[in-house]
Amino acid sequence: MIEFTADVVTWLGENWDGKTGYLFRGWKTLQLAGSAVIAAAVIAIPLGAYFGHVRRGGLAASWIVNIGRALPSFGILALALPFTIRLARNTSLISSGLGFWPAFVALFALALPPIFTNTYTAVREVDPGTVEAARGMGVTEPRILTTIELPLAAPVIIAGLRISAVQAVATAPLAALVAYNGLGRYIIDGFAIRDNVTIFAGALLVALLAVLTELAFGRLERRVVPEGMQRGGERVTRPVEVTAT
Amino acid sequence: MTLAQASDAFFRWSWVFDHLDDIRDKVVEHLVLTGIALGVGFVISLLLALVALRFRVTYAPITWVTGALYTIPSLALFAFFVPITGFTILTAEIGLVSYTLLILIRNIVAGIDGVDPAVKEAARGMGYGRRRLFLEIELPLALPVIIAGIRIAAVTTIGLVTVTALIGQGGVGFFILSGLNRFFDTEIILGTALSVILAVAADVSLVLLERALTPWSRRRATL
Repeated sequence: MIEFTADVVTWLGENWDGKTGYLFRGWKTLQLAGSAVIAAAVIAIPLGAYFGHVRRGGLAASWIVNIGRALPSFGILALALPFTIRLARNTSLISSGLGFWPAFVALFALALPPIFTNTYTAVREVDPGTVEAARGMGVTEPRILTTIELPLAAPVIIAGLRISAVQAVATAPLAALVAYNGLGRYIIDGFAIRDNVTIFAGALLVALLAVLTELAFGRLERRVVPEGMQRGGERVTRPVEVTAT
Repeated sequence: MTLAQASDAFFRWSWVFDHLDDIRDKVVEHLVLTGIALGVGFVISLLLALVALRFRVTYAPITWVTGALYTIPSLALFAFFVPITGFTILTAEIGLVSYTLLILIRNIVAGIDGVDPAVKEAARGMGYGRRRLFLEIELPLALPVIIAGIRIAAVTTIGLVTVTALIGQGGVGFFILSGLNRFFDTEIILGTALSVILAVAADVSLVLLERALTPWSRRRATL
């Protein structure tokens, strides 16, 4: 036990730099997860905000949650591969069907549902009285959305981003299976050569990154609560829609 | 199977028909892995929820610890135990059980908390003791919320079982990994589709179970 711990510490001291070091691979993991979540947010936030504003599509939103939960992240990652390989072979859009692109496609697809449903629910649940008052004062619909509904919905939208980001960071290590050079490589390669120290150290790094992502978004969430609601106002409840990855 | 062959079509039904026995075995393995995880997870969750209900101060630390477990990526959680328990079903179950705890505990506590105080008061007035109050009043009335938790846990676990293919278990996840290693689309699609079908089937069965168990409420459970 003590010997094993010492081996892991030694490993962490020896494997931090270079293209196979954990600093580089950690950065690559963040790059992959970050770009997928940003791309998903660019699409899902406007869509969720629109449907929430017009107060339609509640059934579709609950279906998206259920489908999103039933989709196995591992399967989605594997499914992306045949598509990106064909895309690389038949077009010049992407240079390789392995590595970044299949992982990006999968993480992007997995990041969409939480961001969409949280944005939708948050905007829809803004007090109708507030919106009606603004409308009566002659505020235009787009401005109602951007100056009233979205700021009030911000904490829950950020919560959606947090769920997606943590899920993306958690799923990104699986991208090692499609030859992406992220942190998952230590675990997958470690499995292959049955190297317990590498497996354990890799798991430690992957878990650390996920926990840090969760904590960072938690801070952000508290910060975007509109000023008037920060003191005395009702506490913002965090939605329970979480998905293990 | 060569690369050239595999690139012809996305899905080959002939391969599926040739491997029906394998498919049945893996589906059974998937259900067994899921069943054990849910069963063990439920027993642990019920005990922890009872502790949390009896001693309120423990609820925050219990959800904090199970929440932390929930945040750890599945690949990492399985990997943590490989050095200790190896590529075994035990490693898979430790991870799978861990992920059910947060959902189940939260819903059991929320369900019991949600029981109308007036109903409890009435039961007490009729001479119900603590144990009978729990078993005959609180638990049945909390059932819809508890089953809602089991549904989420079941669907989540079925998806996570596929990841355990990497530690030599996996159920239908075996096909996904095998397809990935051989660039064989049929297996990838088959494994993913089976996982989704199992998840939906489990969800529907639990809804039916809930209706059978709570004949007094025909209201549909929400999530």
